[in-house]
Amino acid sequence: MNYNWNWGIFWEPTITGEGRYIDWLLSGLGWTIAISLSSWIIALSIGTVLGVIRTLPGRSVRMATGAYVELFRNIPLLVQLFLWYYVVPQLLPLDWQFWLNGLDPRVMQVGSVVLCLGLFTSARICEQVRAGIEAQPGGQKNAALALGLTLRQTYQYALLPMAFRIIIPPLTSEFLNVFKNSAVALTIGLLELTGQTRQISEFSAQIFETFLAATSIYFLVTYLVSVAMRLLERSMRVPGFVGGARS
Amino acid sequence: MNKGLGIFVAAGLAAAFATISHAEELTGTLKKVKDGGTISIGHRETSIPFSYYDNDQKVVGYSQDIALQLVDAVKAHLGMTELNVNLVPVTSQTRIPLLINNTVDLECGTTTNNKERQKQIGFSTNFFIIGTRLLTRNGSGISDFPDLAGKNVVVSAGTTSEKVLRQMNEAKGMDMRIISAKDHGEAFVTLESNKAVAFMSDDAILYGEISKAKNPADWHITGTAQTNEVYACGMRKDDPAFKKVIDDQMAEMMKSGEMAKIYDKWFNAPIPPRSVVLGVPLGDEMKKLYAAPNDIPLQ
Repeated sequence: MNYNWNWGIFWEPTITGEGRYIDWLLSGLGWTIAISLSSWIIALSIGTVLGVIRTLPGRSVRMATGAYVELFRNIPLLVQLFLWYYVVPQLLPLDWQFWLNGLDPRVMQVGSVVLCLGLFTSARICEQVRAGIEAQPGGQKNAALALGLTLRQTYQYALLPMAFRIIIPPLTSEFLNVFKNSAVALTIGLLELTGQTRQISEFSAQIFETFLAATSIYFLVTYLVSVAMRLLERSMRVPGFVGGARS
Repeated sequence: MNKGLGIFVAAGLAAAFATISHAEELTGTLKKVKDGGTISIGHRETSIPFSYYDNDQKVVGYSQDIALQLVDAVKAHLGMTELNVNLVPVTSQTRIPLLINNTVDLECGTTTNNKERQKQIGFSTNFFIIGTRLLTRNGSGISDFPDLAGKNVVVSAGTTSEKVLRQMNEAKGMDMRIISAKDHGEAFVTLESNKAVAFMSDDAILYGEISKAKNPADWHITGTAQTNEVYACGMRKDDPAFKKVIDDQMAEMMKSGEMAKIYDKWFNAPIPPRSVVLGVPLGDEMKKLYAAPNDIPLQ
């Protein structure tokens, strides 16, 4: 292959005079982590609340949350992002639009991405929380209620702590998905890790080095998260339940 | 199928004996094209009026017309009666890797011939000169680059315009907020939805974007050209035999007036998809290029 390798490219000053290429890469990583964590917080909070509601007795609330889940997980992520970034602002009053457009563009970009990723993922987490609750035998809930716990306390002290232990592995995958999905932000011009990678490869023409570096960074971060979650899973294990026998 | 292939190979061999006897042994891309019976042309999908899909999903444009003539020249040079043309859509990110890994043999779109890229790929004779300017809404109050201070400005990510705008921002402390849109289409949507007051790009690209606008009369191009750049076809570097065939044909087209005809077809006549006339007369710089074809990068 007739390619001119130059791994030193990251330490060279950028062609635009804004620091070195490594600074672009790190700034991209920073945005990726910031977007992922913020979206994750939204997804986990909304997803948990909705997951609980989906297992409650009331039929109408169950249906409403069901509709929410289907809406957010059935529309492609990219379409949702364009809706949040381009369409939703157009529905606002004109002076709000004017104010928003005058802000630093990153406000709108980050806001749209975090909202989009957070809500999209919350629909998926909702289903996992529900599965975690429903995976427990009916006796669990009845026993807690028989002990005199209120419904709220039953969820708080008996069902949810167990449910979260059960769903740690799929939640880990979900977090890794948020992390990787955050690359959709580049389609609305936010220079997160993949966006910056494309920038560097365009401006320096050292395409393979840049994408290999980005691949390694993604892999390293996701791998560290997987390991951390596995440790968490082990330390939270309750003997006698899911996978608990080995401790 | 097999029979067809047989005839095809036989024809290829016959042609090979007919022409190779007098020529030196083929190397590089010419050999690949001859052996495979196919040439792969990289094109863009939305770069009006250079290389894009028309209403019938056919690749058309100024660069595409040139590419097809270059293919004919390669075919004639190799003495082939049959040459399959494989059209491969490329993006800013994929065009260089696809040339290097042999997926594409020749890329004609809106690729700037510059020194950074010359480290990785080779370039043909330049076929277009652009200036980087601003597209803005009528009545936006933007008439030149200094007016952009403190404003939101959009560029297509990875373009020379982005490079120049960021350099200007750093050097003059203009406090512009630069949005790097994914591609030209996205950049224009950003401008149209008022998220930016101006879109900086190659003037030819900006004319193309106006032609796609809901109401072309709402928009105009302004500002002093910040840089001039040359577009050329990309090919694998260090392949002098192939480059010579391409360059000779390009020079021939420029001198014979064929290139000027192609120019008029795309810049001064109605073009798909909406039959808008871009109305950009052939400038002095372009006339100079046509009179003295060269492959020198301006950046």
